[in-house]
Amino acid sequence: MRYAYIILALLCVVLVTLLGFRGATSTNPPRQVFPDDVFPQMTNQDKYLPQSASPFFADGRSDRPVPAGAVARGTPVDDDILATGQTAPGQFLHGFPAGIVIDAGLLARGRNRYNIYCQPCHGALGDGNGITKHYGMGATPSYHDDRFRQMPEGEIFNTITHGKSTMLSYADKLTPHDRWAVVAYVRALQRAEQGSVNDVPAAHKTDLGLK
Amino acid sequence: MSQLFPKSANKLPLQIIIFLIVFAAVVTAATTYYATPEYTRVGYAPVQPVPFSHALHNGQLGINCRYCHSNVEKTGFANIPTSQTCMNCHNQIKADSPLLAPVRASYESGNPVPWIQIHQVPDYVYFNHSVHINRGVSCVECHGQVNEMETVRHEKSLSMGFCLDCHRDPAPRLRPLDKITDLNWTPAQMAEHDKWAADFIARNKIAPPQSCTGCHR
Repeated sequence: MRYAYIILALLCVVLVTLLGFRGATSTNPPRQVFPDDVFPQMTNQDKYLPQSASPFFADGRSDRPVPAGAVARGTPVDDDILATGQTAPGQFLHGFPAGIVIDAGLLARGRNRYNIYCQPCHGALGDGNGITKHYGMGATPSYHDDRFRQMPEGEIFNTITHGKSTMLSYADKLTPHDRWAVVAYVRALQRAEQGSVNDVPAAHKTDLGLK
Repeated sequence: MSQLFPKSANKLPLQIIIFLIVFAAVVTAATTYYATPEYTRVGYAPVQPVPFSHALHNGQLGINCRYCHSNVEKTGFANIPTSQTCMNCHNQIKADSPLLAPVRASYESGNPVPWIQIHQVPDYVYFNHSVHINRGVSCVECHGQVNEMETVRHEKSLSMGFCLDCHRDPAPRLRPLDKITDLNWTPAQMAEHDKWAADFIARNKIAPPQSCTGCHR
């Protein structure tokens, strides 16, 4: 009987030696507790998941490119002023399209999106001093130049949609509504840059230590 | 005639039963320890085609998680970024780095960079990122402190017990939506977090499913 316990103890030692302990960093793919051969269609099922591989399509992926001219449900069609920012080809809209209501909610959304997608290069204040400037990004213009103050809203929208010089398109990250929200927030940044003590409401002056 | 069995054989049945109990205990312990995601998945840190550092891009530069994983608020799947997302900066920053060659090749050809997926629930689990992100469950709860990882490592087990711990008692793991991608944030940084969480749960009618069909279909 003693031998049985010795063998069991040795087995434990061998197991720990071979398998190690929990949480060790490893480049090996995770072990399958339920292997596909024994439990088919369980852990790995014959279905496509987002951004997965497909042996069927020539380019090897399950996500298919959007066919030209396709419009996703709920998004404005391509020639809609909401989606182009242009009243006619090359004519940029001054102001905002009819569907966009400028309110605190839109500006909050614009600020939220701006701080995610624009701030790394354009900076939190829109002065072009984002973090990327310290890592070799070419000159990012400041929104506070007169050129950008005069720029029609539609042209700013168009720049976000299609990019401009070294800036690439952000159309895949910002929906048309989000882009208009960012445009509104950029206008708010421009206005804030020109703010003076006279713009502070009287009720808030004491909070800021102003007279 | 001599006896076939010595006297000590009388104890043998009991000894065998005790041994089998010990053996079963050892097998159970070994299975619990080794055949669960705490062992099989935690620690997985594959070598990626590009040595992308989350510690640099997110931790040091402060680029928001959603800059690259841009659909995480809208869809169930937190997308791997397009190579255009990389090129937004890397068309100028380290534009000639040999380490970034796969990204440039992908941007030019349109074929994806063959990134290796690390966090993956089994196909019979239907996890939705957006519903968690939009209801105050931060990335860090399931992915760990990715903002400090040079190489992403599978930090949490993502086992069913792991999910249920939070589904049974979400309050301590909820946070305000403006802190959702702040991976260094902890509830201790908020005064009266438990009160806030109770109010947040009531306002948003948060009732995480605990039935099978909540996650399995």
